[in-house]
Amino acid sequence: MKTAHPSRTAHSPRTARSPRTAHSPRTAHSSRTERPPRTARAVRTPGGLSLRVDVRAFTVVVLLALAALAASVLLIGTGDFPISSSDVLRALVGQGKPGQDFIVRDLRLPRVLVGLLVGACLGLGGALFQSVARNPLGSPDVLGLSQGASAGALVVIVLSSGGATAVTLGALAGGLVTGLAIYFLAWKQGVHGYRLVLVGIGVNAVVTAVNGYLITKADFVDAARAVVWMSGSLNGRDWTQVRPLLVLGAVLLPLVLANARGLRMLEMGDDTAYALGVRVERVRLLLMGSAVLLTAAATAAAGPVSFVALTAPQLARRLTRSPGPNLVPSLCMGAALLVVADWASQRVFGADQLPVGVVTGALGGVYLLWLLVTERRKGRI
Amino acid sequence: MSARGTTAPVPSAPGSKALPTGARTTAVNDPRSTVSRLSAENVTLAYDQRVIAEQLSVEIPDHSFTVIVGPNACGKSTLLRALSRMLRPAEGRVLLDGQVIQSMPAKKVARTLGLLPQSSIAPDGITVGDLVGRGRYPHQGILRQWSAEDERVVRESMERTGIARLAERYVDELSGGQRQRVWIAMALAQQTPLLLLDEPTTYLDIQHQIDVLDLCAELHEEQGRTLVAVLHDLNHAARYATHLVALREGRVVAQGAPGDIVTAELVEEVFGLRCQVIEDPETGTPLVVPAARKARSGAGKGGAAEAPGKAGAAEGAEEASAVATEAS
Repeated sequence: MKTAHPSRTAHSPRTARSPRTAHSPRTAHSSRTERPPRTARAVRTPGGLSLRVDVRAFTVVVLLALAALAASVLLIGTGDFPISSSDVLRALVGQGKPGQDFIVRDLRLPRVLVGLLVGACLGLGGALFQSVARNPLGSPDVLGLSQGASAGALVVIVLSSGGATAVTLGALAGGLVTGLAIYFLAWKQGVHGYRLVLVGIGVNAVVTAVNGYLITKADFVDAARAVVWMSGSLNGRDWTQVRPLLVLGAVLLPLVLANARGLRMLEMGDDTAYALGVRVERVRLLLMGSAVLLTAAATAAAGPVSFVALTAPQLARRLTRSPGPNLVPSLCMGAALLVVADWASQRVFGADQLPVGVVTGALGGVYLLWLLVTERRKGRI
Repeated sequence: MSARGTTAPVPSAPGSKALPTGARTTAVNDPRSTVSRLSAENVTLAYDQRVIAEQLSVEIPDHSFTVIVGPNACGKSTLLRALSRMLRPAEGRVLLDGQVIQSMPAKKVARTLGLLPQSSIAPDGITVGDLVGRGRYPHQGILRQWSAEDERVVRESMERTGIARLAERYVDELSGGQRQRVWIAMALAQQTPLLLLDEPTTYLDIQHQIDVLDLCAELHEEQGRTLVAVLHDLNHAARYATHLVALREGRVVAQGAPGDIVTAELVEEVFGLRCQVIEDPETGTPLVVPAARKARSGAGKGGAAEAPGKAGAAEGAEEASAVATEAS
């Protein structure tokens, strides 16, 4: 096996892009934009197999995964009964003190796993949606998918006072129906970014109104339960939430990654992707469907944890500095964000005082404002 | 008047290059068009319910630089979309190497026929080398992501389009002309014997327009690729095309070598513009010179008299229009 540099051979350090280089092509190459060395490597075997690995993106993925796992260990150790990290690790491998084993493995581990999985689903779903919409605002929480899933859950809570399983199924159904509605309302000769975002914002408004109506119709107990559910929380999550998420991820992740190269081509516009031999409608429908399922499942498990889907892909992209959907980095970023946010809320406000959705919402809201301002500056809004 | 600039504005003029109306039907049956890998057979093209063209048949001669011209909304881009299987014909069929194009595997088509669409989006923060590399998609798979061959083709495509030194630059900081070269390089990296270009010169300055067309001509001449382009500028079309297809309202009015078919009456018929056709002093190809405003507005002899040195031309244009009127 040999390692070879791809087409980029000239490496040079980076300086700021000046307006002059952007507007005077004749002089541009003399004041050539400098950049960090590209890190993509092609790995080839004599048999004709070749893989392309972006070293920087790969490093980011590894670091984010480590960060998520480290935060998970800290989070398991946090609570009314604090446990040191070394004890947590010992308990996880089954060699902890008897009392700690139960707390770590039966009480706190499933909750943290739900956090990791929900964050990963939201990060991946967000990256898929933003890539299909070709717009950082085209994320499931802006498009109303999370609200749609909430509506499904509220219908179950308010109209039938259903149990946890029924609420989960209701949330899944709500998310899927909302996804379908957005797709068909936005569909015209293929889904287009702006129409998708605008239709999604409209759908979000309608579903939010429905949710408000459902809560006003609920009796006191149901309404309290609904409000807690709707803030997005990891409290009291156990293995019944972990398993469906694991199964869904095991099915959807390979499917999504197999179509990631087509999605990368789709970023250049439908016509270009078509010309390159991408089955545009099929790839897009498949990936949007996966993203809807991921988002709905995440919402069903933890309630509408806001803004992770919006921020994770953008933060991941800024770390990898690579164009393209950045699917796996977004997934890891989502998991890390959610667990870190949960840990932060517990450290600052005490155990289970503040639902994690409130923390991500507060952080994400600031990020959204920043995004709107920079997008406006770029003239895209 | 210099010998070079001899005007040949009307069919009746002696020594005219323009052919009489009847010749155009023979041009349609040009024997050169019989061998072709890409053709549309009796296609009806429509967006939703809006019919753009009915019973349209076009054959792209192999190894030609075919240019499709016509007024706005005549269906030229639509025809190109149909030829590149982006638009499925409501009736009729588009054949690539004897097979109905829609029935072929998408990647197989993409290895035979490339398209440079009008609107392409350069993803944020992508470098020139990266973007050109994406043209290799139809040659790649999950286990064959970046072969040595891919690398070589990408490098060659960038060298051929003169952007090799830009490989590390971000696409969004290039000028319009450079950017168009990058997209062409991407289409080249696709390594297709047939390449379709939808208005490749739109939004470019004149020097970049010529630049892009020169590049197309080189690709055609040196590599023997078959090129099909939609162009707005009739003079560019007449200068660069080896085969010209003139469309109006979804049907082919004339096709053939530009020197054979571009006449004042054809321009009048296709574009509704009175003009004279002279010989391009640089290349000897037909050059369309629109009639002066006053001549066109029907001011008659007076208008012609006010354009000294062009009197003959103006008269010619009038005669041409008279012929056209009779013909219609």
